[in-house]
Amino acid sequence: MKTTRRNCLIILFGLLLSACGGGSSLSRVDQGTIDGVLHFGNGTEPQTIDPHIATGVPEHHVITALFEGLATKNPYTLESEPGVAESWDISEDGKTYIFHIRPNARWSNGDAVTAEDFRWSWERILTPELASEYSYMLYPIANAENFNKGRIPDFNQVGVKVLDQLTLEVQLRAPTPYFLQLMDHYSTFPVHRATIEAFGSYTDQLSQWSREGNIVSNGPFQLAEWRINSHIRVEKSMSYWDTDSVKLNSIIFYPTDNLITEERMFRDGLIHRTEDVPLDKVPVYLEEDPDTIVIAPYLSSYYYMINTTKPPLDDLRVRRALSMSVDRDLLNETVLENIMVPAYFLTPPGTVGYEPPVTFAYDPEQARALLAEAGYPNGEGFPYFEILYNTQENHRRIAVAIQEMWRETLNIDVGIVNQEWQVYLESVGNINYDVARRGWVGDYVDPNTYLDMFITGGGNNNTGFSNARYDEIMLNEAPLKLNNEERFALYTEAETILMDNMPIIPIYIYQTKNLKNPDMKGAPSNIMDHYNWKYVYLESDQ
Amino acid sequence: MWRFIGFRTLQAIPVIFAVITITFFLVRAAPGGPFSSEKAVSEQVKAALEAQFQLDLPPHEQYLAYLTDLIKGDFGPSFNFPGRSVNELIFQGLPVTAELGFYALLIAVVVGTLSGVIASLKPNSLQDYIPMSFAMVGICMPSFLLGPTLVLVFSIWLGWLPVSGWGSIPGDKILPSITLGAMYAAYIARLSRAGMLEVLSQDYLRTARAKGLPEYKVIIKHALRGGLIPVVAFLGPAFAGLLSGSFVVETVFQVPGLGRFYIQAAFNRDYTMILGTTVFLATLIVLFNLLSDVLAAWLNPRLRYQFRK
Repeated sequence: MKTTRRNCLIILFGLLLSACGGGSSLSRVDQGTIDGVLHFGNGTEPQTIDPHIATGVPEHHVITALFEGLATKNPYTLESEPGVAESWDISEDGKTYIFHIRPNARWSNGDAVTAEDFRWSWERILTPELASEYSYMLYPIANAENFNKGRIPDFNQVGVKVLDQLTLEVQLRAPTPYFLQLMDHYSTFPVHRATIEAFGSYTDQLSQWSREGNIVSNGPFQLAEWRINSHIRVEKSMSYWDTDSVKLNSIIFYPTDNLITEERMFRDGLIHRTEDVPLDKVPVYLEEDPDTIVIAPYLSSYYYMINTTKPPLDDLRVRRALSMSVDRDLLNETVLENIMVPAYFLTPPGTVGYEPPVTFAYDPEQARALLAEAGYPNGEGFPYFEILYNTQENHRRIAVAIQEMWRETLNIDVGIVNQEWQVYLESVGNINYDVARRGWVGDYVDPNTYLDMFITGGGNNNTGFSNARYDEIMLNEAPLKLNNEERFALYTEAETILMDNMPIIPIYIYQTKNLKNPDMKGAPSNIMDHYNWKYVYLESDQ
Repeated sequence: MWRFIGFRTLQAIPVIFAVITITFFLVRAAPGGPFSSEKAVSEQVKAALEAQFQLDLPPHEQYLAYLTDLIKGDFGPSFNFPGRSVNELIFQGLPVTAELGFYALLIAVVVGTLSGVIASLKPNSLQDYIPMSFAMVGICMPSFLLGPTLVLVFSIWLGWLPVSGWGSIPGDKILPSITLGAMYAAYIARLSRAGMLEVLSQDYLRTARAKGLPEYKVIIKHALRGGLIPVVAFLGPAFAGLLSGSFVVETVFQVPGLGRFYIQAAFNRDYTMILGTTVFLATLIVLFNLLSDVLAAWLNPRLRYQFRK
């Protein structure tokens, strides 16, 4: 009994002593800067690093360190840069791409990366049994959609052809100006066939091939360690073709789904970069530490969807009245700490040079007039409806503010209701709501990633909106245009139709907010919030 | 004694079976599923996904298949982390949570009994009021408030301890352990004070004093053994509670333990993971309750005689 008690005391004292020892040495990030080790706050824990199964942004950060596609992006300009392909030729009609793979591209086990690797990888992600949620990213390729949906069983009919070991020919179904950008998305990344087949069926999501020790990858880094909910460590790859350009020795990704803890970790010198900043800390950082907070435009739009199939919201005048009575500037100033961009359109402005049309403004007078015209003068007799949002403090604050604006301007009574994420998804998917919030992050930098949502019956339309001219533009006219000017003119027309019908109430365009240690260089903000890890380095200014 | 243990073990089986069955159907009744996604997923993909995870079978077949695997000790694959099994995730999180729980319990027992005993020696004096006020605060203060407060003082202001982590920086285990242990320390303080007060007024202690034993011997040798019985009875459920209730502390301090897996699984509708952790924790709770009963019996001769019959 006595010895146990003594042991307990020793443990307690040991804990205290070890605590005191920690205070004097360098902070983790300062040590990291010296050693070339980047400590990266990565949001939620990645579910998987299999490029064909993953779906999220945290996954993106890790997978782009481990794998490389045919082309990458310059982080400053977002222009496509050679990746595994050292060059490519595009045919006159924009429908044939020939990629020339660099002869020195290697897998981490020393195997050469070949055209066949890409053909096989794309067959894998498009195979229906794999059930890849991102398989639609490859739909611009001729017959890819048909193969993925099981309409044609033979992959040879899909527009991917191996011309020789280092040459890959891709046939598109229509000229797709953003096709090269997709080569930087993990859904088009190559995976190592022999490794995957060694661990079972290539369509098995439960396969162990991407675990540490098993995985073979072709990117600038290799997976060294993954402890779930603790960290993922990647180390510089010596077999990568451009290993001399890689400046970091290793990156450690930390899951930081608790914003407040993440901010404290940053303040305590545990991480170089945070995924986000709690909204109420933003003004404090802007004032006291403006060098570390980075606020930058993001390809993401926040809006309310309206169920256009349900009275009284099926009345266009009601929808316009609701939208026109939202004071977006006031909302931004009061609730959003003035760091978002008030929006009167769906597509974030400046998406590869596309400027969305502004077709309406905040106009309480006209809003009241429209509501009266719809049969509800001064809001009388207007049926009660609810704003649905997924449970989160910021969404609640916005909903409360808009509820108040509608009451003040239109004299109507609106409820707000929150649902947990999975439940919310189901309600929205079944169009079982009145008005619901949504935030949408573009998959690639092109207005198409926003506008193609609202085609009739589109899987993310969810509003009941349907317009023949809109469908015609998005499905048949715009895809055939080769130059952006003509294409963007069509998109402007489409977006005008969308806003005139108001199935959605645009609210704001997101800006990313990160805390970034000034030692972290070569990691400029861009609207995709992408990092090209080759460019990133650590250097202390002192 | 052995009959008692055997009987309690048999009792536990229907309890655990009920937990499995209720949880199995409850998680499936919850709206939303493990593969609900904001991306528009085609019908084919959805069907293929459900086939991958055997969700295309009728519920009773899923249930039977699950039970069959469970008997073999296999909790199945995690839905949220493809390629990882629930067993693997539980056994990754458990040592961390157990270590955290152990330190917390250690702090709770040492601090709790000490202050409880001290308070009981001079009831209704300052020596009683001060530790008991702290205990009251400890019970009232939730860990999501206590944790950040401790971090603010000891990490941000004083810079003594790291704000988060587990085993990666020296000293990072101290604050989570204190935060988790505080409430239990307070509870134990109140239990031991009450237990001691009851014992101190009893005849056999007067006898001990009358024998001329020094006061410290009276307290340590005679009073403690009886006075701490309620504390011992509390330890089993407390440790089980520490294991299953460390979620808040694990989130505040970024500790990769079982609690975070549990909550993440619930939010992600990771059916197998929810089931696995629930069944696992339910078994542990039953086990610890049994242990503390046995321990109480060992300390309390009256109970012991009862079992012997």
